[in-house]
Amino acid sequence: MSLSLQEVEHIAQLARLDLSEAEKARYRLQLSAILDYVAQLQKLDTASIPPTASIFGAASPLRPDEPRPGLTRDELLKNAPEREAGQFKIPPVFGDGTPSAEE
Amino acid sequence: MEYEVIIGLETHIQLNTSSKIFCSCKTNSWEAAPNTNICPVCTGMPGVLPVLNERVVEKGVLLATAMHSQAQPVSFFDRKNYFYPDLPKGYQISQYDRPLATGGYMDIPSGEGTRRVGIWKMHLEEDAGKTKNEMGLRLIDFNRCGVPLVEMVTAPDLRSADEAAAYLTRLRQLLRWIGISDADMEKGQLRCDANVSLRPLGATYLNPKTEIKNVNSIEAVRDAIEKEILRQTHEYEAGRKIESWTLEWDEDTQTLKKMRSKETEADYRYFREPDLLPVYLTDEWKAAILQDFPELPQERRVRFMREYALPAYDAEILTSERSLSDYFEAAVKAYAGDPKRVSNWLLNDVMRMLNESGQTAGQLALIPAYLAEIITLVDSGVVNASTGKTLLEKTSVTGKTPRQIVAAEGLAKVSDDSAIRAAAQQVIAENPGEAAAYRTGKTGLMGWFVGQLMRKMGGKADAPKARAIFEELLA
Repeated sequence: MSLSLQEVEHIAQLARLDLSEAEKARYRLQLSAILDYVAQLQKLDTASIPPTASIFGAASPLRPDEPRPGLTRDELLKNAPEREAGQFKIPPVFGDGTPSAEE
Repeated sequence: MEYEVIIGLETHIQLNTSSKIFCSCKTNSWEAAPNTNICPVCTGMPGVLPVLNERVVEKGVLLATAMHSQAQPVSFFDRKNYFYPDLPKGYQISQYDRPLATGGYMDIPSGEGTRRVGIWKMHLEEDAGKTKNEMGLRLIDFNRCGVPLVEMVTAPDLRSADEAAAYLTRLRQLLRWIGISDADMEKGQLRCDANVSLRPLGATYLNPKTEIKNVNSIEAVRDAIEKEILRQTHEYEAGRKIESWTLEWDEDTQTLKKMRSKETEADYRYFREPDLLPVYLTDEWKAAILQDFPELPQERRVRFMREYALPAYDAEILTSERSLSDYFEAAVKAYAGDPKRVSNWLLNDVMRMLNESGQTAGQLALIPAYLAEIITLVDSGVVNASTGKTLLEKTSVTGKTPRQIVAAEGLAKVSDDSAIRAAAQQVIAENPGEAAAYRTGKTGLMGWFVGQLMRKMGGKADAPKARAIFEELLA
């Protein structure tokens, strides 16, 4: 199982990584080796094993719906590279100021 | 050529819990300063762990039940990975292949009949923060991060802009009825994206669709869809194809604008959220959640028509809001007369009071038993109809019972012939000109005479009796 250079570029793009040509070549080999290693699992006969989504039997712990104070704004904004009017100030995302389509 | 319109709606519903889905920050930031309802969990600090809010699951189960959807005994959370400044973790905790509930439908009015709108997906997730453009700056407010959402996607079952609007109207009514969301579209508590495509009438395939975003009222959804149907019709008529664009509704100019396509098509690399365990909805828990599950608006509407012989119009309005329909039913029980009479008083007078005061029916000082008492006072002739209406206001303001007010203020209708006769003679004596005009045939003045008499008697006279006495005196 070998990744193509295009696949490596796509993965790098999704992770917002700017790779050099040499890095792309190196990571293509490394990522392919990882996939080959994990692919050994495909050889196991799992016909008699039900699909397993979680290996824990425990259920998610739950929290009562009671609000409590968290961080102050100043504590939060200590992590901001730039701030303005109590908010994180950021550069335009797509260059043209178009809002994101994400929800 | 005739086209069939195919619409599917994707809705995001903010649940009205007090705290966020995975942390204890307050959810209501409507009047809060930016970045004040935040903590290390919802702002994605390293090393923190999400803990699920039990009320989120419970409200999700209520919605699933109301939508005839199957709440699942086991469900999982997954990571949806994408980068955007208002998503501090770099992923959104959502659900994917094992959501809280599957299937379901809602019936909506369509022409003379109903249309059943299927539900494809219903899952829980966290809201993202807000990116604001202010004074040429891009500013990030994380208050909304982690507010619980239900994402609900319909099948492409809607066939017109009006049906899409009807679906949203019914959904908003339902969300408020079961008390899981305030569902105010202008506050973003109910958000809607619309997928629109056309196909030749009778065809069974689906053409490429466009997605309309950023519509924040039901009217805007209807307007935007109608514009898009026209645009697509023109494109097909001109022999062009429709491309799968994402369009943004501009409320100010009432136009759709093409949005820049995402740099790579959605590749969210979903995987199970390793920081959360499965949600097991046990039979006991589910039974406890559904213990007080209410009769739903559509069932109640049909029952009101059957049980109280109400016209469809009355039943529709009386079940538009739960508190109002509870009020109606309590008043009918207290009144013990014709339910339609209670409906008339509610629709004509009480609803106007509600609109003016911004209260819900359940908040009125005029409790259902008092409304019933007022109608009974009018029915039995103790007060006349206009005094009855005055009593509505007086009861609302003072909180006293209508009978107390009638006794204290002497509002009981004067049926005493001699008192009315004396007042009528006075009116005639003071207005010889009108009296002469009436006697020469201007009988249209009768209403004016009765009005003058009512003014003299503080509105308390029995109107039919006053009319009879005037007719006798002016004969």
